[in-house]
Amino acid sequence: MKGYLAILRGRLLALLQYRSAVMAGLVTQIFWGIIKIMILTAFYAQSTSSEPITLSQAITFIWIGQALLQLLPWNVDKELEMQVKNGNIAYELLRPLNLYGLIFSRALAMRLLPTLLRSIPVIILAGLFLELSAPVSWAAGMAFGASLVNATLLSTAMTTMVIISLFWTISGEGIQRLIPHVTMLLSGMVVPLPLFPEWMQPFLNLQPFRGILDIPSRIYTGVIPIAEIHYYLGFQLIWFLFFVASGKYLIEKAMKRFVIQGG
Amino acid sequence: MSIITVNDLLKVFQIPKRKKGFFQNLTSLFSRDHIDKIALDHVSFNINEGELVGYIGPNGAGKSTTVKILSGILVPNSGTVNVLGKTPWNHRIEIVSQIGVVFGQRTQLWWDLPVIESFELLKDIYNIPEHRYKKTLDTLTDKLQLAKLYHIPVRQLSLGQRMRCDIAASLLHQPKILFLDEPTIGLDAVSKLAVRDFIRQLNKEEKVTIMLTTHDMDDIESLCSRVLILNEGRIFLDGTLDTLREQILPERRLIIDLLNENETISDSAALVIKQTGHRVWLSFNPTTTTAPELISRIITKHPIRDLYVENPPIEEIIAKFYRDANL
Repeated sequence: MKGYLAILRGRLLALLQYRSAVMAGLVTQIFWGIIKIMILTAFYAQSTSSEPITLSQAITFIWIGQALLQLLPWNVDKELEMQVKNGNIAYELLRPLNLYGLIFSRALAMRLLPTLLRSIPVIILAGLFLELSAPVSWAAGMAFGASLVNATLLSTAMTTMVIISLFWTISGEGIQRLIPHVTMLLSGMVVPLPLFPEWMQPFLNLQPFRGILDIPSRIYTGVIPIAEIHYYLGFQLIWFLFFVASGKYLIEKAMKRFVIQGG
Repeated sequence: MSIITVNDLLKVFQIPKRKKGFFQNLTSLFSRDHIDKIALDHVSFNINEGELVGYIGPNGAGKSTTVKILSGILVPNSGTVNVLGKTPWNHRIEIVSQIGVVFGQRTQLWWDLPVIESFELLKDIYNIPEHRYKKTLDTLTDKLQLAKLYHIPVRQLSLGQRMRCDIAASLLHQPKILFLDEPTIGLDAVSKLAVRDFIRQLNKEEKVTIMLTTHDMDDIESLCSRVLILNEGRIFLDGTLDTLREQILPERRLIIDLLNENETISDSAALVIKQTGHRVWLSFNPTTTTAPELISRIITKHPIRDLYVENPPIEEIIAKFYRDANL
């Protein structure tokens, strides 16, 4: 465990070197948030029927999404991607660690650090000036925190899975083009999931991406009542375990057919 | 006692065959032909505890493949390997925690972090107890003169500095075996000597078994008592530097400074290979004529100022070997 934490720490420290790049995205994210809110407001003003969530809840959904953008499994570690492509990932095996744990630790650093750096200023700015409401209750706030931990684990396991898929595709272009769009749409980043058409809801409620953004947002805004929280935290954990188990299985398979080139 | 035993090792890489032309390439989407490239062709050898063995051979001979198999990160097609009593690819994690590997061409340090930070991380990765880590680090700092480098990010180090740090990094967990893959590549003369001295000391004092892969024949000559020569996946020679000399290029050189310029020397047992002014280079085979015999024959005929006998440089021997092997 200590070894994996060291990998995580090393990666966090390395990413911290690029903190200004992380912060540079802040303005863009605030800007996008404002645009999305303007669209939603116009949409709510024109709507004649009642919507599944209130405008104020929807605005809070948007800001939570903007704050947690980097938590979504929409990109992979470029360095690791290169290593898988050119086979240098083999050299990582010289460390007394298993490969899944190693990739997972790096993926966790990649999700955690930019999220921490960006989310706090977004939350503060949006809370002060841009209509982000506070959690509906103290209990909801605490539950939101717990669901964020689960969301981080889930997203990391999904990111790890994307990297593992690169063992098979070599170029990885296809999957990497697809992943951001699928992630943004299905996590509720583009439009909050409750606002999708009713006939899509059964599907949207079961797919793993909702565990990252939609569930924490619903808990925060009280769309999910406190009494039902355990069900949703369980949902996140089940998907997390699913991705870990299948990732481990696939990486075992990849290792068997592994060819280390060059030398 | 044998610390590494390799028996009948076979490794075949399958390389997809590229075909010419559009249509041919299209069919290769469905059925791909492979060319088998034999990287290691039934290789066997033994390394005893405390040895310092040079592992040499031309590019693509299979040296790195061997090192990868011995460290458990590559699985061979057949054959048995025993490193520290275990089959490496079945016990990778156990094996890699007892060996150190340095690749001259790449670093195992964290590129963006100060050196000491990388060492701290390795301490946790290898689970080294604090007091042992401190002791090892102090010794390494002293011997490799690292103190001034600790707070510099790895990317800002010079090649020689980085290599010293990389060697230290590979030794923090006190491995019993060290694989060095071209540790002196690209280093300047001073750094090379420092690295060599350190390797020699490590082998003598700490009794670390070392396998050294290199193209630098000075490394071999100054460090290794034993060499393994690999060519096209086969062990071509396994022995001391002297056996290497005898088998491939048994000649000696006699270099004479004549008193008179441009005198012609001829001797039935020796060959003039070069002459510039006063200086003449002769080559002879010590099995047909001994050096004293040859020298006495020459000084009776020619007045000379100075002379000395030398072995041909090991580079020449290896170069000759590579040429012969390719014929």
